[in-house]
Amino acid sequence: MIVAEQKPFEEIRRMITPYERVLILGCGTCMTVCDAGGEREVSFLHNALRLAQARSGDVAHTFSEYTLKRQCDPEFLELLPEKVADVDVVLSLGCGIGVQAIAESFPEMPVLPGVNTSFMGMTKESGVWDERCAACGDCRLEDTAGICPITRCTKGILNGPCAGTKKGKCEANKDMDCAWILIYQRLERLQQLDKMRRYYPPRNFRTIPRPRRIVTKAAVVTGEGDG
Amino acid sequence: MANSSFEEKLGSNKFVVTTEVGPPKSVDISEMVHHIELLKDKVDAINITDHQSSVMRFPSLGGALLVKELGGEPVLQMTCRDRNRLALQADLLMAYSRGITNVLCLTGDSVDVGDHKEAKPVFDLDSVQLLKMIRTLESGTDMGGNELKAAPRFCIGATVHPEADFVEPQLVKFDKKVAAGAQFFQTQGIFDLASLRRFMQYASQFNVKILAGIIVLSSAGMARYMNNNVPGIIVSQTIIDELAAVEKGKGLQKGIEIAARMIKTIKEEKLCHGVHIMAVGNERVVPGILEAAELVNA
Ligand code: SF4
Ligand code: SF4
Repeated sequence: MIVAEQKPFEEIRRMITPYERVLILGCGTCMTVCDAGGEREVSFLHNALRLAQARSGDVAHTFSEYTLKRQCDPEFLELLPEKVADVDVVLSLGCGIGVQAIAESFPEMPVLPGVNTSFMGMTKESGVWDERCAACGDCRLEDTAGICPITRCTKGILNGPCAGTKKGKCEANKDMDCAWILIYQRLERLQQLDKMRRYYPPRNFRTIPRPRRIVTKAAVVTGEGDG
Repeated sequence: MANSSFEEKLGSNKFVVTTEVGPPKSVDISEMVHHIELLKDKVDAINITDHQSSVMRFPSLGGALLVKELGGEPVLQMTCRDRNRLALQADLLMAYSRGITNVLCLTGDSVDVGDHKEAKPVFDLDSVQLLKMIRTLESGTDMGGNELKAAPRFCIGATVHPEADFVEPQLVKFDKKVAAGAQFFQTQGIFDLASLRRFMQYASQFNVKILAGIIVLSSAGMARYMNNNVPGIIVSQTIIDELAAVEKGKGLQKGIEIAARMIKTIKEEKLCHGVHIMAVGNERVVPGILEAAELVNA
């Protein structure tokens, strides 16, 4: 899933300054799971913004809130025109993709990002998320025992550990495991150390000309004789 | 045929001595010039470091050029941290055209350990891929498969870490570097000769030259600092204790003594093919070390 952090409260207050009626728009998928912009966070933020405004004595904004099942999918945007009709700005707590999907659907409406979209990762423990994939477009997990060197090695190198690793940790961060030590140990456990010994050529960055687009091919794999 | 005087020395059975000079964070290069002049006739080659520890400085290519101009033999250190494959290849063409033909291929320290922590880390290639790339250039084509009108020829080396606390993966990488074309290795700092002996038992099966890295320590505090802050370095407790035992102000002298003693043993017992002395900022003491190790170059 996509992992994000809500922007600092003061930054959010600064962003909404020019607008009167603000719709705080949550997302029911990834942003809910990473506690950055689901229904709960929308309601917390709504209250906090109202409270801050009341304290400041300057009633400049009115707020409304709504949470979509998913902001990045037009299918779920159906009810939105009604909610957006009488506001001046949408403060989206969707990830960067959600923000852009809303902006594309409402060409006249300013949309503000309420979260900093950080990475694709997984829940490590309650309240802790770890990055796991950088969407390199050429997945090599087969060769690396299911541990991604591009994401988990700070240098993203492909032919084994640098000389900076100490006590199994990365030279860049003593709290972070060295990806290549993990890969070595797991390949050893799987009796696949030959994969460690292989030479891996430089990455092909043409697999990621930005922005990328994927067009669906066949819905099912039809097997032999196909095309 | 040997391609440089350094390559020739590697090919002979002589004990090879290299050292390194770190360029300044300055446009005043007088101190670097002084260090090069001091060392050029006493060692077989001088490495010029490439933004060592990811700290921005005068470039290694400029330093290597200076060594050449001053009549010394440079080893150009080249990391993959700051340049993509276009820039690396271009710098190699430039280096060769100016007579710089020894290259030490490194992945490079992480940007996070340096003084520009917000910089974009490049790492388009890693050290093994850089070695291969140089061999590709020598074959007459660039990495894009395009022909070079004239091809360079280099003597290429890499590093290896015999004292890594988990050495097996480092040895796998060493094998890959050999297969990729490395002719010589300058090891990370050696502080315990037993680990060098163990490593050489393994490495002697390959036709490559191993120069043991000798770091000149100046105090127990420096050793502890390096253990905590310099990627990969592990100074043994015995050495730290030895440094800690001397009175204040005598640390560097002790460090020189330790370095000279290790070099002497390595040479006498023929543990490997030579040494690479890293004085980290104390370049001026290197001649003294050579003398104490009875290694003054003919
Ligand atoms: S190799 Fe890593 S970054 Fe690339 S697709 Fe696989 S998991 Fe993602
Ligand atoms: S210590 Fe390990 S994870 Fe960190 S940069 Fe080196 S190889 Fe990558």
